[in-house]
Amino acid sequence: MLEKIVIANRGEIALRILRTCRELGIKTVAIYSEADRDQKHVFLADESVCIGPAASSESYLNIPAVISAAEVTDAVAIHPGYGFLSENADFAERVEQSGFVFIGPNAETIRLMGDKVSAIAAMKKAGIPCVPGSDGPLGENPDENFKIARDIGYPVIIKAAGGGGGRGMRVVHSEASLRNAISITRSEAKTAFDDDAVYMEKCLSHPRHIEVQVMADQHGNVVYLGERDCSMQRRHQKVIEEAPAPGIHRKIRRAMGERCVSACRSIGYRNAGTFEFLYQDEQFYFIEMNTRIQVEHPVTEMVTGIDIIREQLRIASGEKLSFRQDDIQIRGHAIECRINAEDPETFMPSPGMIEHYHPPGGFGVRVDTHIYGGYKVPPHYDSMIGKLIVHGDTRELALARMSMALSEIVIEGIKTNITLHQKLINDAAFISGGTDIHYLENKLGLK
Amino acid sequence: MDLRKVKKLIELLEQSAVSEIEIHEGEESVRISRHSSGATQTIVQVPGNIDSSQMTPGGIVSSKQTTETVLPEETGHVVTSPMVGIFYLSPSPEAPPFVEKGQTVAKGDVICIIEAMKIMNQIEADTSGVISKILAENGEPVEYGQPLFVIS
Repeated sequence: MLEKIVIANRGEIALRILRTCRELGIKTVAIYSEADRDQKHVFLADESVCIGPAASSESYLNIPAVISAAEVTDAVAIHPGYGFLSENADFAERVEQSGFVFIGPNAETIRLMGDKVSAIAAMKKAGIPCVPGSDGPLGENPDENFKIARDIGYPVIIKAAGGGGGRGMRVVHSEASLRNAISITRSEAKTAFDDDAVYMEKCLSHPRHIEVQVMADQHGNVVYLGERDCSMQRRHQKVIEEAPAPGIHRKIRRAMGERCVSACRSIGYRNAGTFEFLYQDEQFYFIEMNTRIQVEHPVTEMVTGIDIIREQLRIASGEKLSFRQDDIQIRGHAIECRINAEDPETFMPSPGMIEHYHPPGGFGVRVDTHIYGGYKVPPHYDSMIGKLIVHGDTRELALARMSMALSEIVIEGIKTNITLHQKLINDAAFISGGTDIHYLENKLGLK
Repeated sequence: MDLRKVKKLIELLEQSAVSEIEIHEGEESVRISRHSSGATQTIVQVPGNIDSSQMTPGGIVSSKQTTETVLPEETGHVVTSPMVGIFYLSPSPEAPPFVEKGQTVAKGDVICIIEAMKIMNQIEADTSGVISKILAENGEPVEYGQPLFVIS
């Protein structure tokens, strides 16, 4: 088992990782920016190192600072969490070149899946169905692009190859706007991702976002841990997630899981990962793969009983997966609400001092958060301050439990989206299940 | 821990201007501090007692091993570390240190090296003056923002 690791992240995921390290007897090094001194996991860590000023670019995204912290503390491995450097292939490469274990897949895999065009090509080769599209980057010839769009059929979506996670995309409804959309998306992509390659895909009219969790060890064992439905989104940011995906026949879900496992084998995948799909009219269409732990991993943990972070650490230590595919049973239903420090109507971030915090509790209620009464939410990072997760034997019970927990949780001093979650838990369409990725924005009148 | 060693440490403390000493030897540690009344207090820690990993303040392990501390009423400019790494006072082990206490430096003079990822980064004085305090030890790991020198 790894002796000591650097937790190269902040907030709730850093605390999540730290807790599992403590259970496993792994010594922890918390790295933090000047704005993050008072984080709960920093107080609990065995060692802590300030690595830079508040700005992410100079701290959490600062590769030499992160690796240097591992050096001075004699750590053995680095867990990148999610966001920040977790899907930065250069970082993974430099970590390994510096003699540390990167807790995740290898740099080559991260690079392959990080470029959305090469990822789609690799998945097609592995027999995974993809969204009908340009099958490669778009060239500069406008007539060719018109033809591609006509063959796919409008509306189409222009996406940045270096993007992902909802960034760098633009919907085009008719030929008249195609040329401009392509050039604008290109220049945005160049600025944001230093790569102006773009590709085109059919824009599905009412898809759901369904993703499959996989885990692979270094001994050739690959298992899928069911799927999650993350369709409740605003501006491509997930708001509520659940497992399993309601209303999809078990056989279809199992077939998709098995295909993801064989795709993992074909690319030599290692550690945790998620295949993201759009699901419409009983068809799955691959959009991208996330080569890291995800925010919504707890819902999978609640229905499978598997501690995914623990397995990540075990895999990175060279151990075999502690379960086989046959051991995985999906029990009951889990729902997660992302709690953000933001105005529930305008969505403006609301950093500041949390004056009172009272967590909910009870059977089947789990709270993953780093906040505490007296904690100051800094303005420099994203607004998610915690996750409220429930599990129940049925989806109905999980909804009731979430409603109960949302009415019990108290966060005072800052604004949060708790009232938005309460509205959604009581929303008739959400209660029926199977709402698509446009539902929330339509409901909020944003479309 | 050897009782003679502890006695020796207490004597050392009483004879010097140092207010607190903490020494770690393997899993054992001893901290001796002088209170304002002049009486010294000894805390000996052995494994199985107080778990030191419960509430560690921010900072790399124990920063009490430095011989000087930054006092609240510091006069002069505190040079803080711009990066995480290992602090060195000399360009190489056999070479003399870049600066010594009492030395006058000009803005831009190299005053120390911080090693990070196998690169020796030369750190320059960001103001001119006299080195009145050296706050980090040669070979010690330092973090971002850690006070290194006082230039007055």
